[in-house]
Amino acid sequence: MKPSDGTDGPALYVAGLCREFGERTALDGVDFTLSAGESLVVLGPNGAGKTTLLRTLATLLRPSAGDVRVLGCRLPDEAWKAHGRIGFLGHEPLLYRDLSGRENLHFHARLHGIRDTAAEARIAELLAAVGMERRADERVVELSAGMRQRLAICRCVLHEPELLLLDEPDSSLDAEGRELAAGLIGPGRGRARVLVSHDPERALPGADRALLLGRDGSVVHEGRAEDLDLSAARAATAGTAI
Amino acid sequence: MTPFRLAFATILGKDLRTELRTLQSLPAMALFAVTTFVIFHFALDRNSLSGSLAAGVLWTTVLFAAVLGINRLFVAEREQGGFDAMRLAPIDRTALFAAKAAALLVYLVALELVVVPVFAVFFLDSASALPPLVPVLLLADLGLAATGTVVSSMAVNSRARDLLAPLVLLPLIVPLMIAATGASEPLLAVGGPGYHRFGSWLAVLGLYDLVFLLVGYAVFDFLVED
Repeated sequence: MKPSDGTDGPALYVAGLCREFGERTALDGVDFTLSAGESLVVLGPNGAGKTTLLRTLATLLRPSAGDVRVLGCRLPDEAWKAHGRIGFLGHEPLLYRDLSGRENLHFHARLHGIRDTAAEARIAELLAAVGMERRADERVVELSAGMRQRLAICRCVLHEPELLLLDEPDSSLDAEGRELAAGLIGPGRGRARVLVSHDPERALPGADRALLLGRDGSVVHEGRAEDLDLSAARAATAGTAI
Repeated sequence: MTPFRLAFATILGKDLRTELRTLQSLPAMALFAVTTFVIFHFALDRNSLSGSLAAGVLWTTVLFAAVLGINRLFVAEREQGGFDAMRLAPIDRTALFAAKAAALLVYLVALELVVVPVFAVFFLDSASALPPLVPVLLLADLGLAATGTVVSSMAVNSRARDLLAPLVLLPLIVPLMIAATGASEPLLAVGGPGYHRFGSWLAVLGLYDLVFLLVGYAVFDFLVED
C-alpha cells in the first residue's frame, strides 16, 4: 500500500530503508507498512538495527536510502512536518538531570506549544498516572532509573502524539511501574505504536503486526503478529537461527 | 509550530535556571579571569596599565574566560538528550541558536560585571574609562556569543570538544579582538579616555556581530543534524 503524497494514508510507510554508518550497514532494505491505530512490535538480536530503525522513524537519523513516510511526511525532506506528532521513548529519558521532573515536563510542554494552564493540568494527570506526584519536585539526578523512566513516559505522551515509538520502555520499570506505564503507552489507545523489545512473550500480545530483524539489519519476518511463531521469535531475539 | 518567542524563552529560561542551580560555568569563568589578572599583575610588575597594553590584558583575559563557557554551552544538550528533545519538538531550530547565544551573552555580561571592576582595581588609575567601555564590551560580547554558539554546536559532537572549540574559535575571533582592543585602547589611554577612531571600531564590531549572527542563522540547522 503505497500512500499518496499528503498526510492521509498509513501512519508509517517504509520501503527499501537502508541506513549506513560509514562502512557498516545497520538497516538493509527494510519494508513495512503500519496503519493508523495499529501496533507494531520490532524484534531482533542485539545489533540488528532496532534502535536505528526507531531513531530513523523519529526523524533523529536520516535514512541513507529508501522511501520512508512518517504520518504522511516523507523523510528527510518533510521531517519538520512530523515534529510534535511523534512520542519517542529511547534508551535515554531526555530529561535534564538538574531540573526536577515537573520542571522537565513543563519545559517539554512549552517546546510543544502547550499553554501553561493546560500543561499544568496535563502534567498533574500524567504524574498521577505513573505514581510520581510526590517525587515530581525532586531533581532528576536524585531519582532512581525506574522513576526517571516513569517521567520519560510522561514526557513521551505529554503532547498527545499520533505515533508512539518505544524502545524497550519496560527496561528499568518494576512490576507496578510496568502496569502504570501500560495505561499510558500500551496498545489499543487509537494511535499507531512501534515497540522495540527483546521479550516476544510480553511484547507480542496486543500487537497487530510484527517485524523481525536479522543480525545484518535485513527483515526476517514481517506480517501479522499472530502469524509469528513464538519459538521462532524467541530464537531470533536470542540471536540463534530460526 | 511552537511560536519562536516561546521556544526561545523556554530554552533560555532552562539554561539560566540550570546555571543558577549548578553554577557550572560562571564561577569558573570569573575565577579564571581574576586569577589571570593576578598573574598579569605580577608578571608585568606594574601597578597600572594604559593604552594598548591595558586593552590587550583585558580582552585576552575575557576571551579565554569566555572559552570556558563556550566549551560547556551544549554539554547538557549532548549528554542529557536535549538535542533529541528539541529535534522532536515542533520548533524552529533557530530558536535554539538564539537562546544559546543569549545565554552565553548573559554569562559574558555577568562575568564582566565582576571582572571589569577587578581589572580597574588592579590596573587602572581611574575608573573614568569604564562607562565608555560599556558599548565596546556589549558589542564584543554579542560577537563572542554568536561565534561561540556556532563553534560550540560544532565541537560538542566531537570527543575532543575541549580542544576543538578553542582551535576553531580563536582564528574566527581575531577580527573581533582587533576591533575590541582598537576601540578600548584610546579609552584606556593615560590622562583619561580618548575617542580616536572609536566610532569606526564600534562599526567594525557591529558588522562582525551581524555577519556571525547571520552565519549562525544560516548554518545552525545543519550543525545539529545527525
